[in-house]
Amino acid sequence: MSDVLTSSPALEARGLVRRFGRTVAVSDLSLSIAPGELYGLVGPDGAGKTTALRLLVGLLTPDGGEARVAGAVSHAAGGALRASLGYMPQQYSLYGDLSIDENLRFFGDLFGLSSTNFRERVAHLLGITQLTRFRDRRADALSGGMYKKLALACALLHRPRALVLDEPTNGVDPVSRRELWELLYTLVDEGLAVLLATPYMDEAARCHRVGLLQGGRLIAEDAPAALVRAFEDLAYFVTAADRDAAEAALHDLPGVRALSPHGPGLRVIVAAADAEAFRRRFASADMRWHLEPTAPDFEDVFLMRSIDAE
Amino acid sequence: MPSEPETVVDVRGLTRRFGAFVAVNDVSFSVTRGEIFGYLGANGAGKSTTIRMLCGLLAPTDGRATVAGADIAREPGRVKRSIGYMSQKFSLYADLTVAENLDFYASAYALSGRLRAARMDEALELAGLADRRDALTRELPGGLRQRLALASALLHRPPVLFLDEPTAGVDPLARRAFWRVIRELARGGTTLFVTTHHLDEAELCHRVGMMVDGRLVALDTPAGLKATHVPGTMLSVGTGAGGEAGTRAVMAALAGMPGVHGWQPFGLRVHVRVDPELAGPGRLAARLAERGVATADVEATEAGLEDVFLALVRR
Repeated sequence: MSDVLTSSPALEARGLVRRFGRTVAVSDLSLSIAPGELYGLVGPDGAGKTTALRLLVGLLTPDGGEARVAGAVSHAAGGALRASLGYMPQQYSLYGDLSIDENLRFFGDLFGLSSTNFRERVAHLLGITQLTRFRDRRADALSGGMYKKLALACALLHRPRALVLDEPTNGVDPVSRRELWELLYTLVDEGLAVLLATPYMDEAARCHRVGLLQGGRLIAEDAPAALVRAFEDLAYFVTAADRDAAEAALHDLPGVRALSPHGPGLRVIVAAADAEAFRRRFASADMRWHLEPTAPDFEDVFLMRSIDAE
Repeated sequence: MPSEPETVVDVRGLTRRFGAFVAVNDVSFSVTRGEIFGYLGANGAGKSTTIRMLCGLLAPTDGRATVAGADIAREPGRVKRSIGYMSQKFSLYADLTVAENLDFYASAYALSGRLRAARMDEALELAGLADRRDALTRELPGGLRQRLALASALLHRPPVLFLDEPTAGVDPLARRAFWRVIRELARGGTTLFVTTHHLDEAELCHRVGMMVDGRLVALDTPAGLKATHVPGTMLSVGTGAGGEAGTRAVMAALAGMPGVHGWQPFGLRVHVRVDPELAGPGRLAARLAERGVATADVEATEAGLEDVFLALVRR
């Protein structure tokens, strides 16, 4: 990664500001994504993720600061930007009546690819998306996961240096979601810079770096593992046959900051300073539930940072 | 749940064909009052087709089903009056205010007078929007829009509620708040039929059915599904500071290791299903170290429904 990080950024935001009326949707946002880096943007609904992505790809003009893709200012670059950027918004429209091949041909023409270049590129993209044997199927007849992979292939036809994806796996089942992620890693290994917004915390944890957006501001940014290491609270797992009763009883114990059903039991986040008191009360209350410490995960980080920032 | 469970949804041999394609193939199950029933499967497995039939929107090709006592083929109108339905595409008018949207649904359900006013107030309360009744719906954050869609679907107090991917694209905090409401509704006796791709949510269902290619291939409690479909010991392996590269190194080292049945990345960790002889403290870590992954921390973990899903769908 070291030589990758020293090269010039594929995507960059410097002090981006965007208002809608009196609402400040994005406030002083700076970030930088290197070639071969996978960067995840997470945050509660309404935090400004989609606005930030739209500013970066030049679909919105900032009220302050600037965004650059491969060095070119996003909102001013026009066609030059389109050549170095792939963008997949939440609602990505392909032509439902056209086959996979025909959709690719349409986008190939749009980007002015030569026929040799087009053929090579299509063979490569259909290969890595495992769509080759479906190439005659109409887009409307594809499953959700295959449709997303075709949309991704269309966005990558012209060999962009940066790819921006707005919640690419919404509505995609767990198996297809994993396939899409394997595909993203293949692309990143080839040197593509990827910026994506996601509501899935397990996906965020698999990014090289994540930025946590809250109220339009970047309130944390680091490698997911580093954010988990910096987590100050303690996580416990409570095994309980009667989960609802356990939840009610644990709610008022000292230091409990968050409590949620998790698999067969409950996950409890306890402030470190109160952990001793929490454990004592848990033991003395003659609770018939089993308590054990567990490693905090990225979702814990997200939840507690979001709650703290509110 | 009541001691004598009352069947609210009863499905027998339900089948739907589209031309030569069998979207739903001989599916049978029943759901009892106050149950949260999860209906899972890959995209295109037949989940939405089942829901459309159970809501009286699509006639079955074969088989039968009753919902709240009404036959879906012969009495689709009665079915529609006794259910609430909410889909991933929130069925709200973005250019109307919160109150106007509720008003629209109250009219659709023919609520009038004091009952109408009372139900609308309760809906605003449920959605947490009592102080924002004049806000434009499109200006609400996704989580609140989703609560409003849920409250709209409940205005006529249906005994059965169908939720088709209600939390797609919703952030973790809002998803938790949404599920608190779902569990509260179930405790109050509402029967809930839910599809989701978030398998942590499926863990909150009383029972879960798994659809693969139109067939119901498994139906049990979450604990029962795990015991049947992902037996053995599940270990969770992390590499601390290794991040994604560390995760991939662990997976590479697991390939071909005797006693290892399978593995899946989960966030920053890898879930590994192993034979009992690999389950003892330090054993898997030692094997990983032999293969060049020295920094692995290994802890016992519970199999999740995602493990079950992957086992069934990838078979």
